[in-house]
Amino acid sequence: MKSVSTHADAWRRGGRPAARASLTGRFQAWLPKLVLAPSVAISLCFIYGFMLWTFVLSLTNSRMLPSYDFVGFAQYARLMANERWWVAATNLGVFGALFVGICLVLGAGLAILLDQRIRQEGVLRTIYLYPMALSFIVTGVVWKWLLNPGLGIQAMVRGWGFESFTFDWLVDPDMAVYTLVIAAVWQASGFVMALFLAGLRGIDDSILKAAQLDGASLPRVYRRVVMPCLRPVVFSAVMILSHIAIKSFDLVVALTGGGPGYASDLPATFMYAHAFTRAQIGMGSASAILMLGGVLAILVPYLYSELRSRRHG
Amino acid sequence: MSALEIQRVCKDFGSTRVLQDVSLAIDSGEFLILVGPSGCGKSTLMNAIAGLEPVTSGEIHIGGEEITWRTPAERDIAMVFQSYALYPSMTVRGNIAFGLEMRKVPKAEREAAVERVADLLQISHLLERKPSQLSGGQRQRVAMGRALAREPKVYLFDEPLSNLDAKLRVEMRTEIKKLHQRLGTTIVYVTHDQIEAMTLADSIAVMRDGCILQFGTPDEIYNDPVDIFVAGFMGSPSMNFVPAVLEGAPGDYRLRVATPGADDLLLPWPVSRETAALAECRGRTLTLGLRPEHFSEEDARLGEQAEGTPLSATVSVVEPTGADILLRLPLGDGEITARVNPDCRVAAGERLGLRVDMRRAVLFDPDSERRLA
Amino acid sequence: MDNVIRSRTPAARAGRLLLQAVLVVAALWYLLPLAVMVLTSLKPLDEIGAGSLLTLPEHPTLAPWLKAWGSACTGMRCEGVSGYFWNSFAIVIPAVIIATLIGALNGYALTKWRFRGAELLFALMLFGCFIPFQVILLPMAQTLGWLGLSSSRAGLVLVHVVFGIAFTTLFFRNFYVSVPDELVAAAKLDGAGFFRIFWRILLPVSKPIIVVSVIWQFTQIWNDFLFGVAFSGHDTQPVTVALNNLVNTSTGVKEYNVDMAAAMIAALPTLLVYVLAGKYFVRGLTAGSVKG
Repeated sequence: MKSVSTHADAWRRGGRPAARASLTGRFQAWLPKLVLAPSVAISLCFIYGFMLWTFVLSLTNSRMLPSYDFVGFAQYARLMANERWWVAATNLGVFGALFVGICLVLGAGLAILLDQRIRQEGVLRTIYLYPMALSFIVTGVVWKWLLNPGLGIQAMVRGWGFESFTFDWLVDPDMAVYTLVIAAVWQASGFVMALFLAGLRGIDDSILKAAQLDGASLPRVYRRVVMPCLRPVVFSAVMILSHIAIKSFDLVVALTGGGPGYASDLPATFMYAHAFTRAQIGMGSASAILMLGGVLAILVPYLYSELRSRRHG
Repeated sequence: MSALEIQRVCKDFGSTRVLQDVSLAIDSGEFLILVGPSGCGKSTLMNAIAGLEPVTSGEIHIGGEEITWRTPAERDIAMVFQSYALYPSMTVRGNIAFGLEMRKVPKAEREAAVERVADLLQISHLLERKPSQLSGGQRQRVAMGRALAREPKVYLFDEPLSNLDAKLRVEMRTEIKKLHQRLGTTIVYVTHDQIEAMTLADSIAVMRDGCILQFGTPDEIYNDPVDIFVAGFMGSPSMNFVPAVLEGAPGDYRLRVATPGADDLLLPWPVSRETAALAECRGRTLTLGLRPEHFSEEDARLGEQAEGTPLSATVSVVEPTGADILLRLPLGDGEITARVNPDCRVAAGERLGLRVDMRRAVLFDPDSERRLA
Repeated sequence: MDNVIRSRTPAARAGRLLLQAVLVVAALWYLLPLAVMVLTSLKPLDEIGAGSLLTLPEHPTLAPWLKAWGSACTGMRCEGVSGYFWNSFAIVIPAVIIATLIGALNGYALTKWRFRGAELLFALMLFGCFIPFQVILLPMAQTLGWLGLSSSRAGLVLVHVVFGIAFTTLFFRNFYVSVPDELVAAAKLDGAGFFRIFWRILLPVSKPIIVVSVIWQFTQIWNDFLFGVAFSGHDTQPVTVALNNLVNTSTGVKEYNVDMAAAMIAALPTLLVYVLAGKYFVRGLTAGSVKG
């Protein structure tokens, strides 16, 4: 157990010795707190204060400008009755589930394949991961071009002689949300691969050797021995990916613009549109609070299990 | 005037008390060793002296001044850490000079001090290296050099040798002893190694559960342990503890040791070592403490001239160490270890006659574990 | 799985070949958008309609790049993205420096001068890593207005620092936890104080984590769009916002080659960082996530 007490604490408890400690001693004891104070103050104001503020706004009928006419939970009720919100929320569900699922499968698959003593591993790894260094705006712009039916992939494949090939999801209201999945998976799956690869490399080699000596085949070793070891990786990958999904804003703006119509809206774009361009600050705030709720719903169980395992482990 | 005096120091971590009413004092130039099993509070006491942990109550004086609430920098002490804690970004020279630099010692004096300790510790050729380029033993020397450069009132050594391999550890132990003899510095030294404690110390404080069990010279600690713990902790192989019933009367006490499958053994308790406490223990089963070297092989040539009380037992294991032979034999409710001459020709399973020197035996109360005689 | 002897039957070899093929196909998939982006950006506009995505440019030209840089229209103006490119640097550099410095000091104070409640404070700050920023957008906009920082680069620097220190503190804290406490104890006994220990002992060993932190902050802030679009003015937009405007400006013929060149310009700094310091980039990503 590490000590968490210092002279400063002892002074407060005992009181008596304070007079005897030197001035520099007392100053030194307070310095760390002094250094941390601005950051803590910033966190309190800009994170917690602002969250509260947004919550307050969500209880008002603010439109163009914040006003403080409280209307209770009326904005949440309006939100629940708003078709566009439900489209956005459903889209998030579809997008999130597919994005997380595909990234995990693809990332884990690539990591396992890369882990088979591939000679060009370094190069391949670099290629798989580079999209993560790009802005979602760049990703969106590129994929918008690739998915453009007239000039992109569809045109290219038709040019190869497959005249009836159609790939026009970008302009299809029912399919537009899947283009988001494609672009987002392209960007983030390499990162999941890196997480898994790091996890695989962290597994004790002797466990694998022991399993092989026991006569287990390679796929079996992976399924029975390796995968269970990677559970924490899966856990944090899911957590990061869902976090990315909920925050997804730039990709939608650049790739589909939420369209056609508002067919590919996500809560993040919904919130921005209502708060900043449609003069619905009250409703925009309410949607932001619901997004926060979504993040917390993922985060709290994660942190809980993390803390618990740390205490027991 | 004491160089270091600790008065009734207590230390709590949360609700656990890790130092309980610790008091001790040493003179200038004395080598004090704090020894005990891990978790006994010896490192906490060291940190309290250094000012790295504030105490909950009590006072600490260095050189007659109370320094309980001073910062580490204000105490004029230097410390050698178990991990050496050399500053990785500085050269050896920078490491040694850092403390002087912080105390605004002029550059020329700093250089002189670095040369002096480098000379003393034979690390002059390493001065421009970084700690990462040094071997374990060299790092250890640099860590000592860093402490020596400042010439503080008290040196603290926190298990400084425990990261070295066995051979180097013995060498450095000797070197530390030489340094102490030569420089006459006041040293507080924490270790869990009882051989280090015995070889280096002027005085030893044996600690357990935050208390000092015994504070005395190595000889006192070894030959006059105050309780079973101290007796068992010091010495290797450790002291044998044998249940024995006290019989007889003052002037003629005997200890009856019952060994399954053998006749009871009667060991007379030397009159010179009788204490008043024994009178109340007559008929009780006590714990008899016999160190392995209190046994010796029966020497037929000496006959009746031989000293000590004779006994014989069947040897179960023979462990030659080179310098001597350790024998395991049944006595009392278990096996004991006896240390005999290396020329003793005995094989496992054979019966051997031994003598035990009862004048050096000790007797404990098995309930309180305190010493009776 | 090194050091394990593989069987060398023909079937095993075929499997190995398949494995390599799969990996190469995957690599091509990841490379496709970049290749298309580069190819398109080097084609004259008339070749775009004629050829397909992957046809090589017959008459390669840098004109789209020059136009994207200097004269393409981003909304009302037609000055290219160059001004915004420098805007991004003007925002990123101070924000990265300030956030990293604060993070380093925080991490140091939290790990090497532990005090009651330090862990709680850390958890409190860490939460900043996780909130969806939509939840602070409106109050932030108003606060920037009060501070007179609306639509200014300084305002954006402030926002990025505020939400960057959670990450930088996390990085440095996790790094300093592994630096032995004895180093600080030794320096204290040697007579060094809080800042001196930081400056002389801790900072010189922090190079790797400084690189991680700088790279992380750099890519995060450079790639940011939400804060840029919400808090910047016409003159202070970062390059991501300008790129989005450029692509969505619908005057005259759609110049896809210029769009792609602009996208490349916006992507180059972070790509360059990735290529030069990929190891640290990955460390930042994983440190910011796994440990979180």
